[in-house]
Amino acid sequence: MSNILVYALHYEGAFNKNSLGAVAEASRLAGELGGEAHAVVVGEGISDELAGALGKYGAKKVYKAEGPEGLAGPVIDTLGKLFDGGDYEYAVFGGGLLGFEIGAGLAARIDAGVTMEVTGVNVVDGKLAAERPILGDSSISTSRYKGKGIIIARLNAFEVKETGDGDAPVEAITTELSTQAQQANIVTRGEQRGADVDIEGASILVAGGRGLGKAEGFELCDDLAKAFGNNAAVAATRAVVDAGWYPYAAQIGQTGKTVAPKLYLAAGISGAIQHKVGMQASENIVAINKDANAPIFEFSDLGIVGDLNKILPKLTEAVKARKG
Amino acid sequence: MKIAVLVKEVPDAAVQKRIDPSSGRLDRSGEKNLNPYDTHAIEAAMQIKEGGAVEVDEIVAVTMGPESAVRALHKAVSLGADRSVHLSDAALAGSDVAATGYALAQVLKRESPDLVLLGQQSDDGECYTIGAVVAEYLGQPSLTQVIKLDIAGTELTCERQAEYGYDTVKVTLPAVISVGDAINEPRYPSLKAIMGAKKKPLETVSVGDAEIDASKVGADGSNVKCGDFKAPPSKSAGTIIEDDDTDDTVAKIVAWLDERKLLA
Ligand SMILES: Cc1cc2nc3c(=O)[nH]c(=O)nc-3n(C[C@H](O)[C@H](O)[C@H](O)COP(=O)(O)OP(=O)(O)OC[C@H]3O[C@@H](n4cnc5c(N)ncnc54)[C@H](O)[C@@H]3O)c2cc1C
Repeated sequence: MSNILVYALHYEGAFNKNSLGAVAEASRLAGELGGEAHAVVVGEGISDELAGALGKYGAKKVYKAEGPEGLAGPVIDTLGKLFDGGDYEYAVFGGGLLGFEIGAGLAARIDAGVTMEVTGVNVVDGKLAAERPILGDSSISTSRYKGKGIIIARLNAFEVKETGDGDAPVEAITTELSTQAQQANIVTRGEQRGADVDIEGASILVAGGRGLGKAEGFELCDDLAKAFGNNAAVAATRAVVDAGWYPYAAQIGQTGKTVAPKLYLAAGISGAIQHKVGMQASENIVAINKDANAPIFEFSDLGIVGDLNKILPKLTEAVKARKG
Repeated sequence: MKIAVLVKEVPDAAVQKRIDPSSGRLDRSGEKNLNPYDTHAIEAAMQIKEGGAVEVDEIVAVTMGPESAVRALHKAVSLGADRSVHLSDAALAGSDVAATGYALAQVLKRESPDLVLLGQQSDDGECYTIGAVVAEYLGQPSLTQVIKLDIAGTELTCERQAEYGYDTVKVTLPAVISVGDAINEPRYPSLKAIMGAKKKPLETVSVGDAEIDASKVGADGSNVKCGDFKAPPSKSAGTIIEDDDTDDTVAKIVAWLDERKLLA
């Protein structure tokens, strides 16, 4: 009964990083509980090779179910059926849209407890205890489960680790779709709009806020990101997205994306809590702000009090020179 | 058709929230307000009603919460709901998200709306989850983070932002849809609407009225127990550079980045 099910989301032949972190974390936890982590993949024509590769991240078995991709219903049906078998006590999800939708629906389906936005999980007295930041991250609360438990992580909260011994055995299963699952149908999935921005894949993000002054101010961020090279992209705060200075696809924060790059350079950003929750997991945070009292300095690793209009162009030149 | 909008009273975002150290519970005193995301759900309902694509007979605002939560219902009604239902019962205190969703679903069963709308998250709590829980208890499809909604007959076309870009999903009613704040710009209630809100029908429902199994709600009926509140790991204060000489500042930034191998 100490086995854990974990859902892995994929798109166009690759698993998303957030899901791989969830598989790795579930595998660690199952190990401590004396059980195994089994992954579940739902989609159309998934190859055994792709599914089995989850073994590298610690999954001991992978169930693959044929069904429409990108919707919660078919995954809830599949996981619900696996829980009915009685071998599982917990389910773990990476964050993101589907993690939240599936985790919550599954909790109701199997009468389990659910915790969302989880940033850490421990084994306490042979059971899982999930930690969740609350009140704008000013406090952390611990959830314990009466019976079955569902853990939905904050986006990218779990580290991707290749701890498995190679490919896992793949078992094809069939799920009969519930009526409600049949009532939702994907028309288009993953449509890119407004920009070719991929802020989640970038290891360096140059983020711009209202301090850039106007839409054209983003050129300063674009130039610096270009100087850093291929792995860098530009991100934005909600204030500037609302103002129409930059596309929504690049928005960081509570109502935008959650990122955890190696370097997050914030230019002209005050550091409001709704922005902070989207980027605080970044490894290195550098902030440029002319106001020495800006909240962003409370959680940046390197803070520069000054005018970004003076600093960014020179920094871009210096990075260019270094990168040669 | 009939639209139900789930609303919630939350602490005002502008007010500092805290845990009461003596009880270990959220201090719920202080300023409260209608959850901002829910105003977008009401607006979405109003736009369907005014849009003319379908005939909307009524919009019902539904909340679960202590006595004070009627204020959220008054606000919802002032924004356009025709009447409201308040699920209030001491037996519900301490319900976790699954128990709350179950209780709300029982109230919705009495109403049997064609469409349930709600905000995708509340300022104080369970992000993105309550809609999916309610939908599951109702046996209906659910979508969250919806930023565009078109209705034709019994079919909704919804757009949402997902992990790989935007999705367009068609959903057959009845359904439960959680909306994001990009979906619309909520209107301001008129003074007349604010004044009139208290006169619109408001029904208070107990656990018994809604045929809620009391063993499945409240702190005892919940599957999750929260506690052991602790402070997040404190981050040591970062280095601060005052920009007096920009060349010098930039040299320091570059050295700092170099040290962390960020310029490799
Ligand atoms: C429900 C809700 C959800 C939200 N979701 C998000 C979200 O997802 N993401 C998000 O970002 N926000 C979100 N917000 C908004 C958030 O509260 C802030 O308003 C927003 O993050 C502020 O953006 P900003 O830092 O660009 O602008 P501001 O707060 O206006 O800060 C601009 C900063 O630039 C500095 N500055 C000005 N000129 C210069 C200069 N020449 N050189 C250097 N510095 C300069 C100023 O000192 C100031 O600190 C949300 C709010 C709510 C209520």
